Amino acid sequence: MDIDGAIGRAAPESGGNSPRHRIDAAHEVRFPTREEYIDVVAGLRDGGFEMCADLCAVDYLTHPGRTLPDGVRAERFEVVVNLLSLSQVRRIRIRVQVPAADAVVATLFNLYPGTEAMEREAYDLLGIVFTGHPDMTRILLPEDWEGHPLRKDYGVGRVPVQFKGAPGPR
Amino acid sequence: MSDATASERPEDVPHTDTVLPAPVSGTGYDEATDTGTGRGLIIETSEGAQELFSRKETEPDELRREAGAVLRLPEGVTINADDIDIEQSDDETMIINMGPQHPSTHGVLRLMIELDGETVLRTKPVIGYLHTGMEKTAEELTYVQGSTNVTRMDYLSPLHNELVLSLAVEALLGIDMPARSDWIRMLMVELNRVSSHLMWMATNGMDHASTSMMIYGFREREMVLAFFEKTTGLRMNHNFIRPGGTAADLPDGWEDDVTVICDTVLPRLDEYDELLTGQPLFRQRSEGVGNLSAEEALALSLTGPLLRSTGVPWDLRRAMPYLRYDEVEFDVIVGTFGDNFDRYSIRLNEIRESIRIIRQVIEKMPAGDYRVQDKKVTPPPRGRIDESMEALIHHFKVFTEGFKVPEGEVYVATESPRGELGCYLVSDGSPKPFRMHIRGPSFVNLQALPLMMRGGLLADAVVACSSVDPVMGEVDR
Repeated sequence: MDIDGAIGRAAPESGGNSPRHRIDAAHEVRFPTREEYIDVVAGLRDGGFEMCADLCAVDYLTHPGRTLPDGVRAERFEVVVNLLSLSQVRRIRIRVQVPAADAVVATLFNLYPGTEAMEREAYDLLGIVFTGHPDMTRILLPEDWEGHPLRKDYGVGRVPVQFKGAPGPR
Repeated sequence: MSDATASERPEDVPHTDTVLPAPVSGTGYDEATDTGTGRGLIIETSEGAQELFSRKETEPDELRREAGAVLRLPEGVTINADDIDIEQSDDETMIINMGPQHPSTHGVLRLMIELDGETVLRTKPVIGYLHTGMEKTAEELTYVQGSTNVTRMDYLSPLHNELVLSLAVEALLGIDMPARSDWIRMLMVELNRVSSHLMWMATNGMDHASTSMMIYGFREREMVLAFFEKTTGLRMNHNFIRPGGTAADLPDGWEDDVTVICDTVLPRLDEYDELLTGQPLFRQRSEGVGNLSAEEALALSLTGPLLRSTGVPWDLRRAMPYLRYDEVEFDVIVGTFGDNFDRYSIRLNEIRESIRIIRQVIEKMPAGDYRVQDKKVTPPPRGRIDESMEALIHHFKVFTEGFKVPEGEVYVATESPRGELGCYLVSDGSPKPFRMHIRGPSFVNLQALPLMMRGGLLADAVVACSSVDPVMGEVDR
């Protein structure tokens, strides 16, 4: 693995006082369809992306008009995969549209076993089912929990606050 | 929990989810409850399908893929096929529970371990006992309030959590940060790395039955926490690094305080060397235990000391520099064998490297603002509020409504003491994050546990768990 190039890259310079925008967060983003998803990720893995750094899902129920490139039809859910190439020192993000009526995506487990826990988390909190996953159970919530909390139509629990007339703690 | 809670729950807990097409094989309830003794307790503590099942309830495919653990490496990546004893019967093995309140699980981690005698065959971590829905909470809080929330995730390195959120918000805002705020952040974050690794040295020492190491580790960590208290007002959960800079400037005389910390901790690391590194008992218990290979580490998305112990020189501070890490000199510590001893040495030497960075920060700290002078992001200084109506309005708006962040999404990653700490942030243009996902390194690294424990002794399982350095607050979020 050639990551020596990355290691020798940092060139120390003077501790300047100039402001700058240091975080380079402008990563390449791709929008494959659900059918293309596995092939695209497999191609990227063969192209040097050794690690799946992160996998999560987003529920866009209350924000339908988001900006997407031409030809990509916005659906309610999105599965977001962050791949990392250690040899090329770059990241790429993959955003897959997943319709609400059929919230099912193929698993990445066979390409990146490290997505096992991440996909379980996405299933647990957003209810997206990853077909082919070896253990599609909840991971953070109890097994008998109802609903998927990170969905936008899942209510937030609230405790009413009483300022006056409430009985004291004892 | 009382009996009342148990009786409320149905005996056979159904799968309440309708989306899941195929039911997961066997819930393990029937057999467990048939024994008659401790019936309520078994139901109460059961995690249902999330648990580790006995061999007769597990498919051969699954056993083969598991390579003796829940690791589930796919075909081709697995170890030698002869090594996998799927023929073994349930009579010869037993599944025991470690945790969730075992002292060496470093929090509320439950490990279900299948044992053959004293040898670990399969392991499954059952997590979620500390889940408080922090990602959901984040959607209800403004960006100003956000760092109070994330700082409670990885409670041993709270400043790293605040940093990654702040960097993500600033990336969406597209604001240029003043130099001093970057350097203050670097100072605090590196001190936090020292305190976090010292804490790990302490608990790891305890797992090796070295109580003196535990006392020493906590003693040194206390110095760093005292400086944090002086600077931020709190020992933990600081809410110091905020979107737009830091909450305050460093206190007067901070250089002296930090120099004292560096000058004290550094020679004490040599004492640790004497106490542990060169000690034959410690080496025998840690060398060649909990081995990982570079391929396995990459496949399992492991980062931080776990990845570096396998010989991969990957440190985000060096590879993808953020803040001003490209202006300081430090070495990336790399191991060779991927065993517990390598991970110990990496963390020990990373304290030295952090101290090296801190000394450079003291030298190079520029003058200037500690927060960005952008009226929309930063509240006006306290003095202005008394004399300017506009300043008062600004102050009020920033703290009640918060500031609006342009629509977009961003993924920002930093190197926390445990590995890649990432933040995926989606904004819909409102003052609250539409979605905030934290990629917790402990959460991902925990997947290595079954692999590291496989084939080892139960006593080594305790050490392997310690070697992963999971912080359950971050795992469960």
